Amino acid sequence: MRRSTPLTFWIRAVEAAALAVAVCFSMGATDASSRFNDLGHRLMCTCGCAQLLGECNHVGCPESGREREELKTAIAAGKSDKEIFDWFAAKYGATVLAAPTTQGFDLVAWIAPFAVFGAALVGTVLLVRRWSAGKAQAAAGPGVASMDPAERARLEKIRRETDSGGDGGY
Amino acid sequence: MAAFGSFALLIALALAAYNLLAGALALRLIATGQPATTPTSKNRSLGTTARVSPERLADTARRAGIASFVAVTAAAFALVWSVFANDFSLAYILEHSNRALPAAYKFSALWSGQEGSLLLWAWLLAAYGFVLRLTHKTDVKLYAYAGTILAGVQAFFLAILCFAAPPFALFQGAVPEDGNGLNPLLQYPEMVIHPPMLYLGYVGFSVPFAFALGALMMRYPGERWIKVTRVWTMVTWLFLTCGIFLGMHWAYAVLGWGGYWGWDPVENASFMPWLTGTAFLHSVMMQEKKGMMKSWNVWLIFSTFLLTLLGTLLTRAGLVSSVHAFAQSSIGTWFVVFMGIVLAVCVVTYILQRSHLQSEHHLESLVSRESSFLFNNLVLLTACFVILWGTLFPILSEYVEGSKVTVGAPFYNRVAVPIGLFLLFLTGVGPLLPWRATSLRAIRRNFVLPSIALWATVIVCLVAGVRPWKDGALDAGNFYALVAFALSAGVLTAVLSEFFHGARVIAKQTGHNLLAATWLLTRRNTRRYGGYIVHIGVVVIVVGLAGSAFNRNVESEMGLHDKLVIGPYTLVQVGATQDSSANYDSEYALLDVYKGGKRATELKRDGWLFHLIPLQMAPEKRVYQPTGQPQTMVAIHSVPEWDLYVVYEGTNPDTGQPIIKAFLNPLVGWIWFGLVVLVVGTLVALVPALSPATAAVRVPARAPSEPALKGGIA
Repeated sequence: MRRSTPLTFWIRAVEAAALAVAVCFSMGATDASSRFNDLGHRLMCTCGCAQLLGECNHVGCPESGREREELKTAIAAGKSDKEIFDWFAAKYGATVLAAPTTQGFDLVAWIAPFAVFGAALVGTVLLVRRWSAGKAQAAAGPGVASMDPAERARLEKIRRETDSGGDGGY
Repeated sequence: MAAFGSFALLIALALAAYNLLAGALALRLIATGQPATTPTSKNRSLGTTARVSPERLADTARRAGIASFVAVTAAAFALVWSVFANDFSLAYILEHSNRALPAAYKFSALWSGQEGSLLLWAWLLAAYGFVLRLTHKTDVKLYAYAGTILAGVQAFFLAILCFAAPPFALFQGAVPEDGNGLNPLLQYPEMVIHPPMLYLGYVGFSVPFAFALGALMMRYPGERWIKVTRVWTMVTWLFLTCGIFLGMHWAYAVLGWGGYWGWDPVENASFMPWLTGTAFLHSVMMQEKKGMMKSWNVWLIFSTFLLTLLGTLLTRAGLVSSVHAFAQSSIGTWFVVFMGIVLAVCVVTYILQRSHLQSEHHLESLVSRESSFLFNNLVLLTACFVILWGTLFPILSEYVEGSKVTVGAPFYNRVAVPIGLFLLFLTGVGPLLPWRATSLRAIRRNFVLPSIALWATVIVCLVAGVRPWKDGALDAGNFYALVAFALSAGVLTAVLSEFFHGARVIAKQTGHNLLAATWLLTRRNTRRYGGYIVHIGVVVIVVGLAGSAFNRNVESEMGLHDKLVIGPYTLVQVGATQDSSANYDSEYALLDVYKGGKRATELKRDGWLFHLIPLQMAPEKRVYQPTGQPQTMVAIHSVPEWDLYVVYEGTNPDTGQPIIKAFLNPLVGWIWFGLVVLVVGTLVALVPALSPATAAVRVPARAPSEPALKGGIA
């Protein structure tokens, strides 16, 4: 039997927490009115007002009243969220859904932000580590070290003349 | 006036083009050390050429830039004059004004359509350029480069105005007696200042862009250009911030849906350059303090400018569907080509001059102020990417799959809100970390109070009934609100403790009381403590935004004396009536408001005195005469806890009774108050610090040893 190290303990703890959060998020609300409110804010009004169905405030809107009734009927019939969204998308087109689905190419819409954030986070951490590790070599600075002494003196003179002391900043 | 305006624009274009070409030639000659040669009638007969000093050539270019401002001002004046004179022979005036339009809104007509708003853009850019060219003695050569680059941008906008979207085009056919009127959505007081403010922000980023590109082209030594650029960037950033918030308030008060931010592409377009501009204002400190991130800063400014162009492209070209794209047309190609040219110039300049941007990158610790700035930039740029991605994904989806999708609030709420909370967390952590490195003990000491405030807030919120779960499931809205409240408390404590520690030291040194010491502390380092005040403003705004998780609304048809209950308020209908004016017809309901069984009151100003009077709300629906377009006038009663927000939705066609929708929106007032704090903080940061270095030392001016423009590197 393998011995549990602190690292594996923490990995398992994070996995368990992620699972718990995922379970929480995947559980649907049980109350019909709150479900209507929730789904109404994940569908669009199709009259062209570019508002969420749950927020469309046009009196006499030709679409939102009918859409709301259809949503109520679907909830009363015990349909799942996916079935309701599929039905609306089939009737009104994919633009009736207020956000991309998690299938096919739409999935890219959800993955890309987190992938970019993850990659940028890893890149920043690596950069910070590299800069921290290389501080001894960088102290001289490759650009400055390789510069002609006369040019360096000239730049230093201009820097002294042009920089106005600085207030310490942030 | 049409001919006058058109000629003014043509002259402005010619002057801007001269500024660009003569300026570029002069700067090139100075950089290569050659004099300019010009054949004149006299010396042509002698078979010789006269030598013109490149410095003089550059000065003529500068003066042409100043004259260009005068010409664009004349064109803008011509359009405003035509609006007030009801000159409907101009197609633009016919489309965007009418005789009954109130005078203040006649000004709004200047930016209510494509051509007018482009003219406003060109005028503001010319005004910025005017100020820049008048202050050129600050640094003649750098300002010459910046002025020439600005002239290039100016020439582009003037070319569009002259050839693609002329504001002085004449109406073909018999001129109607009256115009079509202004879009009712724009007939609201904030709309008189929101677009100019937003444009001041958009256009203003051209200036730091011009300085950054110019400094890179001329291989400007030292970091002084950063200081010059920083002031322009902060002023621009402030305008953009105010513009965005005025837009939010307008959407809240006019669109009548109870919200202030709908993640509409036009809103997103203004938010993206704000994010990159904010990232620049932070990362630039790394360059000033440590000589780091030079390339990064240059690209942040380039990106910010490109994003302002992209925003305009999205708004104007109709690439993405928007709820309030007022002025769409087919000038998209112009913008795409111009963006391509700008990008190419930036890339080529960067490649040629990148050796000038070599930085001395070294950090002493992962846990330091420097690292926090890096992570701050990471989060801001990721947020910008998320918004850009969400805005453009419908186009991408249509290209790949052949069908459009909607990327609306649910997407951004899931993706952008967690990123925003992480940014709030960094806002608190950053100031607690010292430059270079820190010890574990110092971290523990600095973080104790904020951590206590954070967890205390969590407990108080839970006790007060803010539960992150509902019906046995996690409620994402409440959960995020709880996190936002807790983080806000932590960040606020962290920032206030920074003030407290600094003020305590000064109080010991000077014997002042703590309040006076805080004032002195702020004056001694306005930039640092102004920045902290901005952070306090951000915290207040976040608290206000988090309140939206608890919004409630109720809708009802209300006959005379009918009641509508929402939260602690009871609305009683005491009258419904109609009114008519030259500009619009209106219907409204009169609603007495009760709270806890008693008449609610509001503060009313009467001259210099304020009186408490019984609260009566009058939500209204208007139908504007020329176009028949409806418009909601929301009635709002705002107190620190919440806004009572009442909308007259219309009348039931069967019963003729008004339909009223009431919202109770918690903490909305905090958003507008947070903006005030943020503006104050920015203004404090702009004020020069009171310190021996800046107050006492006055170095006598020296005679320049060489011409001011000389000495550039090719």
